[in-house]
Amino acid sequence: MNCKDAQNLINGYVDGELDLVRNLEIEHHLQECALCSQGYKNHQVLRNGIKTGPFYFKAPVDLQRRIQLSLRKAAKAEAGPRVLPKWWLTIAAPMAAAAIVVLALVPFLRGPSADDLLAGEVISSHVRSLMATHLADVPSSDQHTVKPWFAGKLNFSPPVEDLARQGFPLIGGRLDYVDNRPVAALIYQRQKHFINLFIWPSGSDSDVGTKTVSRQGYNLFYWTKSGMTYWAASDLNSAELQEFVQLVQNQTSPKS
Amino acid sequence: MREKDRLARFEQTILPHLDAAYNLARWLTRDEHDAEDMVQEAYLRAFKFFNAFRGVDGRAWLLTIVRNTCYTWLQQNRAHEITTMFDEEIHSVDSDASNPATLALQSADQQILREALDELPVEFREVVVLRDLEGFSYKEIADIVNIPTGTVMSRLARARERLKQLLCNRGDLA
Repeated sequence: MNCKDAQNLINGYVDGELDLVRNLEIEHHLQECALCSQGYKNHQVLRNGIKTGPFYFKAPVDLQRRIQLSLRKAAKAEAGPRVLPKWWLTIAAPMAAAAIVVLALVPFLRGPSADDLLAGEVISSHVRSLMATHLADVPSSDQHTVKPWFAGKLNFSPPVEDLARQGFPLIGGRLDYVDNRPVAALIYQRQKHFINLFIWPSGSDSDVGTKTVSRQGYNLFYWTKSGMTYWAASDLNSAELQEFVQLVQNQTSPKS
Repeated sequence: MREKDRLARFEQTILPHLDAAYNLARWLTRDEHDAEDMVQEAYLRAFKFFNAFRGVDGRAWLLTIVRNTCYTWLQQNRAHEITTMFDEEIHSVDSDASNPATLALQSADQQILREALDELPVEFREVVVLRDLEGFSYKEIADIVNIPTGTVMSRLARARERLKQLLCNRGDLA
């Protein structure tokens, strides 16, 4: 490792964010290089200065009480008043019916926010897989090697198909963690672009059509089919990624 | 879920992170009254969307909402603060390692450090606060701020370089 590499990685080192190999490399360099070693000491001085200095603002004492009060009010407003005169029932009954319809819709209305959170997670996983030189746990283009590898690591069996003939060779598989659960990640390649296909059981039998979103320059497609949720993430252009998605969907259709 | 149970569960999981919420809001708004308003509003929002909370890290979830609330407010009230980004070219990390001065912090420097932190552009201030005061990992910060993990690292690098420069300059003057 040279000084330039060390400078680029020094923050990751100070923060304990490097992998073991890089960690050892930079430690080795710091032992040998007085300049970088001084730079590292400065980093530590600064970091300890911030951490131990009087810079953490604690909430004022009565803020919690005020928040609790406004929360109570909000909760009450949502729950509605409890005691009502009898004549009110003639109006209340239709209103209650309307409320039930609204409440039944709430999960669907809030759907996008859950999807948004998930989209963020999927992008992070995708980016991380490309950063840490840890793209595949099982690097293999053979679907018959990749699929059995997941057995015993997951409590479901993801469909694995090589799509090399269609221009999307399978690179390998990886165990990942999305949506608070271990998931299968399949890695495909299109020229110089990588595609991460995340798969996990949807927990319901109903299929959900394909949706797409792009964020931070990445394109995402996601859908639910035959009890499995799929998220495809890549920096590949939307049209080609969609082509990939259709291939996957055709492969995972029940064979007629 | 009944409203009362929902409130009880919310108070149990989210309310304990009040200090973290206030600390972040205080650093983002740089004003104690604005920070209190932001935290109150963020808590109401969080309660409203509590159903979307997946029950892992309440602090990270709450701080995401606090941050968004603060940014909305900054956009409306102090738009210039979020548009004055650090120019990457001008403030590129100068190879300080080629001639590093020795940095030593004395207690008298705390005031200077606080001012230096305050003067950082908000996008850089927030990663320092989330990393060094809250102890979040790069990945967690990336999720809260909604930027790639690599950007977390480069923002931290630039922010720290700037702070070191400010402190070293002070050292030269003394």
